[in-house]
This record gives sequence, C-alpha cells and structure tokens, in this order.
Amino acid sequence: MSVTTVMLVGVGGQGTILAADVLAKVAAASGLDVKLSEVHGMSQRGGSVDTVVRFGDVVHSPITGPGGADHLVAFELTEGARWLHYCKPEGRLVVNERTIDPLPVLIGDEPGSAGTRASLEYEGAVLIDAEAVACAAGSPRSANVVLLGALSLGLPFDPEVWCDVIAKRVPPKTVEGNLAAFRAGRAACEIDEECPR
Amino acid sequence: MLTLLSGNEAIAQGAWEAGVAVASGYPGTPSTEVLENLVKKPGVACQWAPNEKVGLEVAVGASLAGARAMSTMKHVGLNVAADALMTLAYTGVGGGLVVVVADDPGMHSSQNEQDSRRWGPFGKIVVLEPSDSAEALAMTREAFSLSERLDMPVILRTTTRLSHSKGLVETGERSDIERGAYRTARAKWVMMPGAARGRRADLERRLAAARAESETFPFTTTEMRGAEMGVITSGVTYQHVREALPEVSTLKLGMTFPLPAERIREFAASVGRLFVIEELDPYIADAVRALGIAVETTTVPVMGELSPSVIAEAFGVPPLPVREPMTGLPARPPMLCPGCPHRGVFRALRDMDAVVTGDIGCYTLGALPPLGAMDSCVCMGASIGMAHGFGTAGGAGERPVVAVIGDSTFAHSGLTGLLNSVYNGGDETIVILDNRITAMTGHQDNPFTGRTLSGTAAPEVDIEAVVRALGVTDVRIVDPNLLRPTEKAIREATAAPGVSVVIAQAPCVLVTRERNEPFAVVPETCTACGTCIRLGCPAISRGANSRATIDTDLCIGCRQCVQVCSYGAIKRIGRTCDVGSAS
Repeated sequence: MSVTTVMLVGVGGQGTILAADVLAKVAAASGLDVKLSEVHGMSQRGGSVDTVVRFGDVVHSPITGPGGADHLVAFELTEGARWLHYCKPEGRLVVNERTIDPLPVLIGDEPGSAGTRASLEYEGAVLIDAEAVACAAGSPRSANVVLLGALSLGLPFDPEVWCDVIAKRVPPKTVEGNLAAFRAGRAACEIDEECPR
Repeated sequence: MLTLLSGNEAIAQGAWEAGVAVASGYPGTPSTEVLENLVKKPGVACQWAPNEKVGLEVAVGASLAGARAMSTMKHVGLNVAADALMTLAYTGVGGGLVVVVADDPGMHSSQNEQDSRRWGPFGKIVVLEPSDSAEALAMTREAFSLSERLDMPVILRTTTRLSHSKGLVETGERSDIERGAYRTARAKWVMMPGAARGRRADLERRLAAARAESETFPFTTTEMRGAEMGVITSGVTYQHVREALPEVSTLKLGMTFPLPAERIREFAASVGRLFVIEELDPYIADAVRALGIAVETTTVPVMGELSPSVIAEAFGVPPLPVREPMTGLPARPPMLCPGCPHRGVFRALRDMDAVVTGDIGCYTLGALPPLGAMDSCVCMGASIGMAHGFGTAGGAGERPVVAVIGDSTFAHSGLTGLLNSVYNGGDETIVILDNRITAMTGHQDNPFTGRTLSGTAAPEVDIEAVVRALGVTDVRIVDPNLLRPTEKAIREATAAPGVSVVIAQAPCVLVTRERNEPFAVVPETCTACGTCIRLGCPAISRGANSRATIDTDLCIGCRQCVQVCSYGAIKRIGRTCDVGSAS
C-alpha cells in the first residue's frame, strides 16, 4: 500500500508518545513498513508536541510537512488548530474536546483561543470528549487510548490487532481499563460518524 | 524477527551485539536513551559519568585495557570531551572505541546546532552517519570492527530525527569478544612529544587506510534512477530526499569522514546535474567542491531541521494543497511543572531584582515570564564563572549577582567554577538547585543521587561537604518550597562578603510523584491582586473578574501559592475529580 501518515499532536504529558507507539506496532504487526518520529526533552515540560507515524510498503522519511497528514489526531483543541494545516484537505481530523491553556493564557498575557472548537468542527473534525469517554469506560487516565479507538475507525487494521498491541504495551494492571477505553473511543465515533454534518 | 526500535535503541542493540564491554556517557537530548537501553542488557558495564570528558576517558581506558568501549553524548557534550578526543586519533585504540554523538538540528532541546561532522577532519577521526534505525544497528556493530581494523576511534554521528525516530530492525545475537591480556605500549599511548610525533606520522598511514575503507564502506550506496540529476546526501536527510525527489539518483554517504573521493567522482561523472543536500553546514558540499567537482547551489537552508517538504520547496516541487492555517493562537512554551521547587528560588530572585547567570536544565525555564529571573544561559557550568566575571567587571550597581545551577550541572562543570570563585576572591552568590536528579533529560541519576545508571546504590556525595571542601565558608541550606526562608537565605547570602552558596534542596516532583490535597481559591476573599499568578504555576489561572482559580487536577498541594497570598484566599479542599490522561 502507499504510505499513510498519521500525526498525533497535543501537550507534553498527554500520552501522545504511547499512543503513537501503539499505532506503529499495530502497523508493523499488520505486515507493513513503519516509521515513527517522537519528541523528547524540553518541549515535554508542558510544551506543544507532535508525533508522526507513517506506514506502507516502504517508508522513507519519518516526518511530514504541511498538507502531508492523512489523519490528524489532536489531543487538545488549540494544538488541533495549530497543526490543522498539516492535515490534508481530504484528511480525517479527530479532535479531543479539551482545552489546556498554555502559561501565557493562564497568567493573562495572551488571549485564549476561543472559537477553535467551532473552527475545527467547520473543518469536519470528529470531536470527542476523550476524558469523559475514558471516565465512563472506567479508566479516567486512558483518554489517549480513547482517541486511538476513534482513530482506528479510519484505518484498515483489525480491532483484534489493536487490542493485542494495547494489551502488550500498557502496564499489566491497566490492560482491561485501556481495552475498555479503546472500545469506547471506537464506539463513540461510530455513532458520531453516522450523523451527517 | 523485526522489532520497532528508535535510532538510540538500535545503537544500544548494535553495540551490545558487537560485544561492547564498557560504556560511559553523560545524559543529553537527543543521546540519552542509548545508555538507558544498553544498561538493560547483560554483560555491559554501563555508567553515567559526571560529564562527557570523564565519560570518554572511561571508555578510552577500557579500550586501552583491550575491551570494546563506547561513550555517548549530545553534540555540545563533545566540546567538553574534545580534549580527550583530539589526541585519540594519535594514540589509536586497543579494543574498538566508538563515540556516539547526537546533534540537534533545529535546537529542539539545545543551545546551539553545531555540526559534529566537522570533528572528523578536525580531529582526524572516522565519522559514520546512519540514515535509519536498521542502519544505526548495523553500522554501530560494524563501527567497533572498523575501529580495531584502522586503530582509530570512530564517531557515530546521529541527529534528533534519527535518534528519536523508530523503524523496523532485525536484531541479532551478541558476539563473543575475548579481551586479550594487557600489554604496555608506551610509544602508542604515552603522548609525550617524542612519541606523539611518531604517532602523528603513523596517523597519516591510518588515514590512508581509512580513505580506502570509505571507498568500499557497505553503507555508502549509489542508487541510479536516471542520469539527469544526482544528489549526494547522508544520514536521515537521505530519507527526506527519497521522499521529496523520488526520481533523482543518489549517493548516500555512510562514512562522512574520510569521504570516498573516487565514489564521489564516479557519481558526479554519471549525472548531468549534481547537488548536495545536507542538514546544517555545507560540510559535504565544500569537500566535494574541494575535489574540483562542480556542485550546483540550492536554497536548502543551512540552519534548522530539514524535511521532505523543505527539500521539495527548494527544488521547485509544487507544494501539497493545504487547509488554511489558523492564526492568532497562543504560543505554548514549555514551563516548570506544578509544584516545581525551582519556582521558590526564581520568585525570590525576581523580587530581589538580581542579575542571574543561569545554567542548563529544567530551571532554565525560570527565564520565561512571569518569573523572568534569568539573564544568561550559555553552556554547562557557565553560571558560576559568568557570575564571577560579571562581578569582577563591576557588577550592575546595587543589584546582587547570583548564579543558579542544578545538582547534576554542578557535578558536571560547576566544581571548577566554584573553585575559581573562591581562589580569585569573588563576591558572588551561587544557588545550587538540588532536586536530586538530572531532570530535564528524563530523570537520570548523578553522583549526588546515591544511585548508579544500573540502579545500584552509590555513595550519596554530600553537596554541602563538597562546597565547604572547595573553600566556601558561607553555606546555607533551604527548602525552596518555603518561600520566605528561601528569600531570606538568598538575601543574606548576597549581602555577605565573599563567595556564598545557598543549597536549595527539594526533590523533583516528577520523581517523588507526591500529591498532597489540592488547594482552591475562595472567590469572595480573592482581590485579584495577581501575586499568585506571578508564580507561573500552570495550576493557577485568571478566572472570572481576574480572580485566581486553581485547577485541582493539576495542583499537587505544594503550598507555594498559599504563602504568597496576603489575603488568606487560598484554602485546602478535597480532590473533586481525577480526570487526566495516561502518560
């Protein structure tokens, strides 16, 4: 298959790296070549983070540029807006309905990003309250895996493979909670995407 | 079996397969995970050194003893280790010796973006550049044999995008490398002038052998896709070129010092137009031009990180259709964590209007608003020498001069600076931010933490005793979470004559993971004065009517804000909700 590019963006500490790692392992387990680019160091201290996963028959570069992502998964609204132009016009947008205000906004130096939710909805984003879905699934700290569930609907991988990889990748005590979160994220979007926008 | 490994994990795997016996380095993004992964494997003595120079010297000693050895560091770390490096080409090696150096184009987590390939011609040392995880593993394996065959150290140069990208690799088994009995070889290893002159001449012979190896190096590949246009490239940039310009012929250089002159001539002769595409300095382009070969100029930037789209743009490939970018979004700089003990020190320094010479670590974030309490950050350990120089030059009027340096940075390069301050009669105050960990790079141990890289117990070196032993008599120890005592100690230290040291001791909150009951703001009592906001805690924000509000999910109950509120408006409450995201 030709190369598919998925970007996962958010705020340092939100679990984008674990989510990207799961996706990359799912692609590898499905027999594809895969590359993943992640962020370490200073930006992890609450900064903007972008993680890229690319898979297909042969993948060269681990990164992409504006207009290069087939799927953009935003773990936070402002970051979804910041990276929007990396998503292809026909690409799929999955956005967590959550705002984490950066420090300049918290201290009142800069205005917040009001209106990003509406703008992203206008861009066709699938909006999901991942924290609420995770809570309802009984695993409040698994919002990142809820978003993987939402992403998985747009990708050609078997849910069984997703569940196998998640079970191997997360801490043993959290396997059941994370699998429930994955299924809940998938189910939430199945309902969502049936409604025409 | 294929495994998904990052470049750094692949380097660790390759070194292990090659039978590396000793590895030492200092943490630094993007190099840190090499040793963190190698230490998990059996049969390797893996250690954090206090700095890169010591780390490299440990590896050199192991090589002298006949063992395969490795040292790891980030690009700026090699500046520290360069004193050892520059003579290593002369001595050569015993057991294979590989120096892993990780560059950071784009400065994701660094103070500069120097190009480490230049150590090759400068130090006369072989430089290898893998282009993905699979090559990182295979090349690291090969690097040890190459080092022994050539009797030269080998630099394995990576970049952020190689070190922190994952790809599929085939892993193998560990080779059994028998270390021979040690034999003294003074003419090779004791670099007094007489012997050094002999080794300098011998180095020319070894360089000639290295040039021959470069011509046949298995990871240097010529791929012809047409005679019209050819690109010479190296490292992860090769992958970007394949993506951006899939039709062009490529010469991918696996060894970028020495360069394979014949391979380059042959490739240049086989294409109509020749380009070099490389990240950072025009290192290959200049060398190819020096061979008398015409290289066409491009608009590929000489700074920052490259990507397929940057290369495509420079070659006139039409850009991909994009959605309209959203504008007016707030910036999201990194910040000190909720409850970070460094905050207590920077709040005091800001309120004292001190001139603060800073250093390298999480605490460099104290330079950002609203703390804004740092005047400089140059290199590891610079805070202390610079504070001394600033004071020696006459200071800044009544403003106190204070150096701030973390515990790991103090061990790395602060000791000699402090010795200098004492020796030369300085009047500066040095605040050692002792959070018991090397935090910024992801929480590595250091000589002050009482644990080694392999997790075993080590002597927990006493910072106060070290400071006193270096000749400082005015030493104060404070808990930076207690804001008034901290400010009082720093004020007294700056008022006292001579060199004063304040040790601010409180563990990193990401290590302790301690969460006390959170606090909340009583809206009726809050006057919206903004004092707590100016702590820059991500848990505190301006809410309705500019009054402060506290995010109880983020608050860890450190009490710092309680201490600055003059109106008693911040009260402890129970945790209301525990919604967060997995890490």
